[in-house]
Amino acid sequence: MAAFDTVEVTTDLLIIGGGMAACGAAVEAAYWAKKHNLKVTLVDKAAMDRSGAVAMGLSALNQYVGMKAKGRTPEDYVHYVRSDLMGITRDDLVYDIARHVDGSVHLFEKWGLPIWKDKDGNYVFEGPWQLMINGESYKIVIAEAAKNAMAQLGENGKIYERVFITEPLIDGDRIAGAVGFSVRENKFYVFKAKAVVVAMGGAVHVFRPRSVGEGLGRSWYPPFNTGSSAYFTMKAGAEMTCQEVRFIPVRFKDAYGPVGAWFLLFKSKATTALGGDYMVERRPELQNWAPYGLVKPVPANLRNYLMMLDQKEGKGPTYMRTEEAIGAIVSSVPDEKERKKRLKEVESEAWEDFLDMTISQALLWAGSDIAPEQKASEMQACEPYFIGSHSGASGAWISGPEDLQTEKSKKEYFWGYNGMTTVKGLFCAGDASGASSHKFSDGSHAEGRIRAKAALAYVADNPTQPKVDAATVEGLKKQILKPLDIFTQFKGQTDSPDINENYIRPRQFMFRLQKLMDEYAGGASTMFMTNKPSLETALELLKLLKEDSEKLGAESLHELMRCWENIHRMWQAESHVRTILFREETRWPGYYFRADTPKMDNEKWKVFVNCKWDPKTNKWDVFKRDIIQIVE
Amino acid sequence: MPSYVILEKCDGCKGQDKTACQHICPNDLMVLNKTTMKAYNRDPAMCWECMCCVKICPQQAMAVRGYADFIPMGASVTPLRGTEDIMWTVKFRNKSLKRFRFPTRTTPEGSAVPDGGFKTAPEADNLKSPLLFTEPESLRVPALPTLKKK
Repeated sequence: MAAFDTVEVTTDLLIIGGGMAACGAAVEAAYWAKKHNLKVTLVDKAAMDRSGAVAMGLSALNQYVGMKAKGRTPEDYVHYVRSDLMGITRDDLVYDIARHVDGSVHLFEKWGLPIWKDKDGNYVFEGPWQLMINGESYKIVIAEAAKNAMAQLGENGKIYERVFITEPLIDGDRIAGAVGFSVRENKFYVFKAKAVVVAMGGAVHVFRPRSVGEGLGRSWYPPFNTGSSAYFTMKAGAEMTCQEVRFIPVRFKDAYGPVGAWFLLFKSKATTALGGDYMVERRPELQNWAPYGLVKPVPANLRNYLMMLDQKEGKGPTYMRTEEAIGAIVSSVPDEKERKKRLKEVESEAWEDFLDMTISQALLWAGSDIAPEQKASEMQACEPYFIGSHSGASGAWISGPEDLQTEKSKKEYFWGYNGMTTVKGLFCAGDASGASSHKFSDGSHAEGRIRAKAALAYVADNPTQPKVDAATVEGLKKQILKPLDIFTQFKGQTDSPDINENYIRPRQFMFRLQKLMDEYAGGASTMFMTNKPSLETALELLKLLKEDSEKLGAESLHELMRCWENIHRMWQAESHVRTILFREETRWPGYYFRADTPKMDNEKWKVFVNCKWDPKTNKWDVFKRDIIQIVE
Repeated sequence: MPSYVILEKCDGCKGQDKTACQHICPNDLMVLNKTTMKAYNRDPAMCWECMCCVKICPQQAMAVRGYADFIPMGASVTPLRGTEDIMWTVKFRNKSLKRFRFPTRTTPEGSAVPDGGFKTAPEADNLKSPLLFTEPESLRVPALPTLKKK
């Protein structure tokens, strides 16, 4: 075995991840840990200043309830999310995040995040729930508050960066910690913890991307979100939910620049190449998806679907009519001098939208000499993503808060600690928790805060350190480092380090996963269509891939991380295929389409589809769970 | 290529244990070649073009060349990030230029106070209470909403 020192860290609470949810967890945990003299440890595979999906920045806070500013209630937000997800959502979880999110936003502002204000000092809304920000340094500001809070704990607050967590540690029915390795030096880490908050993000590159070359990295969600949350919770034996509910964002084509500001702030329309507005012309189709198809705003997946129907009829490409939108804004200003000023403002707002969060889109426009006031820009549906924080819903099945349960829901949705999975002491936030969509970056932060406090309540109630078996740790160490050993053993046998009968390198392994998911599980190349036989083929191919994952080879620590990232992706893929296969209907036609069961079936399928992998038997169980309406 | 190193400008962050780009890259792509003392991007096809490395480089020795498989050549986007704002220079393929300056933060770097000055209500002290730290003051409503039971 490769020579690695083992570093042991014993803590009360372990937070895994460094993005928005993890930073929320850290800032909250630090406050309560200080009061109760508890230890908090955060471990991040990157550097917190720029780790997670907000690394590049963001141009909006996408969840702001505005309880004071707009007089709205968490109930209002539940109504919106429930419809957008076609009825499949946990009212209690969505409500809970919604009632806390304004607090996180107000903290962000105090910490230094510039939120746009109008001349009266009120926040500028991009859309009904979205606030515009100058968000280039959004993540740096949020990480700073988290680090400052952790620093107040002194020796009781430790942050480990560049340590990649690969496996959970279990003691009976309870989480006991996590293991992983440094990507900088030969060190194997063992974190022993009484409670764990998982916040390692969603999953990207499970499906083949549309790009054909080095644009591989230009995924909409970041390529470093690799399914680690889902893997960790599944391997711990936790029940998962909504693993079928992927997200397909429709964005500016190729560079995947944001469309929110164009649609919501600038009131732009999208049309086909032939000029038709699919949101108008295809409106009757929405009746087939009632009642959700009839609400406003039209659910994201149905907007996608209407566009795809036009594309299937050969009416593509689809265009964002930027020139018409800017024309309309500018022509509404009568004074010529004011009109020029307004044009300049809109131009600046439009470019900032890209530069704050998708710089490549600015490069694509500059490289193509695009003047948005003169020429429309193409839009396209991206490849599928797993992002429970946005308009997808995949993640762990967790307990809700006690005070938000009805008598009926309490039996199903509550088991002691808010945000705890079916594994004791294991909590999830952000993309890691399911059925609580539309929390985005700021709601994920609020959720991280909720989870951290509940996890510390669990620690206070369960003060004994779970047992960690030394032989198990040694076995995991051997298994985790194995790709290094395989590569070292066999690399000298052939002329190319890439081509060897004895191992597969992680890049080609990832391509194999992406190809099978794309072709059989409803990727972009089949216009997101699949059916039972295709999904069964996907499972067969996944079985072979899983066998071959034992032969992954790694040349370096970096590549060892890539090996494990791809194993994480593979597990995300398998749970996805199994749940799509189980749900014999089509409910989110703009996310995926079961061609053999093409209609929504509320009688049989207005339920959660949950799944669980059993660590003892290595068997999957896929099953239904009732949806209990809590909010009228 | 995504992000690349301008060899003439890179000084390997003067032999510190790690370079700025290596420290910040969220995808662990930047490496220092200890022989040449120049950094390099080990896997350009996994670059998200987030420009975290470009923004942090003390020598301005990093840039991004748009993904060659779909971005036409000749354009550039260059950030210059200060302590409170960022300046962008966008150069088009047709050589025209646009410059933008946007604020990045309203407080001095490093100064974020975790509670933002909001008080935590005493009733939040019970770890089982749904009230979080800074609440309810940070919510700007008198009390944390709870369910109106049916």
